[in-house]
Amino acid sequence: MFKYTALCVALFAPLCAHAANDEDLRAIRDEIQQLKDSYEQRIAQLEQRLQQAESDSKATPASTTAQQPGRATASGESAFNPAVSLILSGTYGEFQRDPAIPATGFTMLAHTPPEQGFNLGESELGISASIDPQFRGVATFALDPAGGIGVENAFVQTTALGSGLNFKFGRYFSGLGYLNEQHAHAWDFVDQPLVYRTFWDNQLGEDGVQLRWLAPTDTFMELGAELGRGRGFPGSDRQKNGAGSGVLFAHAGDDIGASNSWRAGISLHETRRENAQADGVPDLNGNGVSNRFSGDSRTAGLDFVWKYAPGGNTANTSFKLQGEYFRRKESGSLTYDTAGANITDSYAVTQSGWYLQGVYQFMSRWRAGLRYDRLDSGTAQVGALNAANIISSYGYTPTRSTVMLDYSPSEFSRLRMQFAQDKSRQELTDNQLFLQYVMSLGAHGAHQF
Amino acid sequence: MKMLLKTLLTIMLAALAIPASAALNIFACEPEWAALAQELASDKASIYSATNALQDPHHVEARPSLIARARRAQLVVCTGAELEAGWLPVILRESGNPDIAPGKPGHFEAAQFVAMLEVPTRLDRAEGDVHAAGNPHIQTDARNYLPIAQALSARLAELDPANAAFYRTRLQAFSQAWQAAITRWEKQAAPLKGQPILVQHTGFPYLNNWLGMKQVAALEPKPGMEPSAAYLSQVVAQLQQHPVRMVIRAAYQNPKPSAWIAERAHIPAVALPFSVGGSDGAKDLYGLFDDTIARLLAGLK
Repeated sequence: MFKYTALCVALFAPLCAHAANDEDLRAIRDEIQQLKDSYEQRIAQLEQRLQQAESDSKATPASTTAQQPGRATASGESAFNPAVSLILSGTYGEFQRDPAIPATGFTMLAHTPPEQGFNLGESELGISASIDPQFRGVATFALDPAGGIGVENAFVQTTALGSGLNFKFGRYFSGLGYLNEQHAHAWDFVDQPLVYRTFWDNQLGEDGVQLRWLAPTDTFMELGAELGRGRGFPGSDRQKNGAGSGVLFAHAGDDIGASNSWRAGISLHETRRENAQADGVPDLNGNGVSNRFSGDSRTAGLDFVWKYAPGGNTANTSFKLQGEYFRRKESGSLTYDTAGANITDSYAVTQSGWYLQGVYQFMSRWRAGLRYDRLDSGTAQVGALNAANIISSYGYTPTRSTVMLDYSPSEFSRLRMQFAQDKSRQELTDNQLFLQYVMSLGAHGAHQF
Repeated sequence: MKMLLKTLLTIMLAALAIPASAALNIFACEPEWAALAQELASDKASIYSATNALQDPHHVEARPSLIARARRAQLVVCTGAELEAGWLPVILRESGNPDIAPGKPGHFEAAQFVAMLEVPTRLDRAEGDVHAAGNPHIQTDARNYLPIAQALSARLAELDPANAAFYRTRLQAFSQAWQAAITRWEKQAAPLKGQPILVQHTGFPYLNNWLGMKQVAALEPKPGMEPSAAYLSQVVAQLQQHPVRMVIRAAYQNPKPSAWIAERAHIPAVALPFSVGGSDGAKDLYGLFDDTIARLLAGLK
């Protein structure tokens, strides 16, 4: 304020110099006083307006948040970061037999057993987010303990088709069966049932397109179809135009009262195996030879799951019973002993397998499970040229019984112990012990039924 | 395979021919929102509640029946604030119904219309089952229903403009009756003011905030974590320093921890309905609070 008074004096000083009498001086003093007052008033007004403006700019966002509590206010690039989840998992396995030996009668199918000793099992990194109003993207990378990254899932799915339609494309786990779509961290046992290990190489992943349609009924009814490259076993991942594999599936499900719910399904899978090589296949002469198969592979499956929780409250006790059955027919030509005799003739076989398992949560955070596995290697129709070489019937039924106990300190962590008596290999009964941890970091997406 | 394809197509066509019902289809995540929707929409809506009061809404399976119900819903009414994060996203995605996706008029989250309590300052899973948006159990404060009812009624009118006038009348009637009930409940609950209590799960901050009870401790060391024996004895020691009048839990929670501490601290264990249907008395929203206050007052004796 002093500054302005000084300014006035400085401005009016020359006038004062030649004003001689007192009246003149008084008049000048009054004038200066008036000027001073008017400036002070205007400055006060300006200050008031400034304060008003400042408080307004602060108040506006504050009052908005108060009106809309809970609304996300994040901004900037990081606000659009996708959901990231990391599963850390590892196992310790103790076997009495070499796990590399496949089930008797199934040497021509897949065999990827869990590993022996300490090992980093299924660590996986998942990233997902909406892409735009039409699409959502999901990627899951499996971290190989030996180094390297495998692309487990990398698909885009539509979010706005409506009418119960869901369209998915990219790499995904096929919707067939019940267990096939579940990621390893959601399994109730350390390893997959034998029928999944032999028929689907643990899990059928496909590059292709999938369409699902949910019926507008109160009972859950879902139909799905897939066309794929035929990448996952039993497909043989050929380079060709068109589709290498096809899947059809249908699911139905509902509740029975508040305590029970179920889902059942049927699935069909078809692909062509081209030059599928299998080593160490036993023959009628008592040797292990390399065979090659080319032909059609058709599989049908049935699955069901039933879950019980008293009053629908799963917090304390619950029970889950599930079972699946697969039956596969392969027909085509088989080349016997590709490294030696190299004889090709027709070959057809129908094989099947099933499992039944129950998991009982007997108290909060503790679960116990029991599983029984069984395979049927069937009787092959072998062409005349190979009749003296190829074993058409093994006369052995591979089975396995498994018990497990797991403890989950929270919904993000689980510790498991599993014991299995594996009689899948003739005269090679194997007692297997597993210890496992499964931990989930970051965004943890909701689990499927 | 051709045979199967034919059958599938027949089923699809048959299902498409089912006529849509005229009433507004509402999928409520929790029974209290089903009850509120019932108050506001009456016979103009067909309402399905995904959970009942004896289920923990944090842990619900994404059951096929829920997906089927969401498929035809025109409006989902949920708490939000991540309470349903463990199951609702799967249901919304698998339902193939974009009208009820988050952000659409058909997706209503009650927590957006009330002031949230216990918003964590530290977001870390080491803190247990915390929710970034704050404690989601907003339905225990009767006052919260007024702004939620207003917003829900506006949403009903937006989705079903033909009945907008009807929804307005219902809202007016509900707000008046509810305001009167709040006054009555506050009068009844006056003796609860300032009373120290113990809770099994931190599910009651809104109730405490409303009725003025003081939570001394929780039986869970961290939200959603089971208490260890060591922690429970620590709570018993704490109760000798700061005695409480009762221990309260929601109807769906395991009665054992409450019963254990009640016996040792010689205090009553009170199970509150927590939602509509959580007790015989909690038949509707009014019954929910009548019964809640009656049980709390009985706990004081």
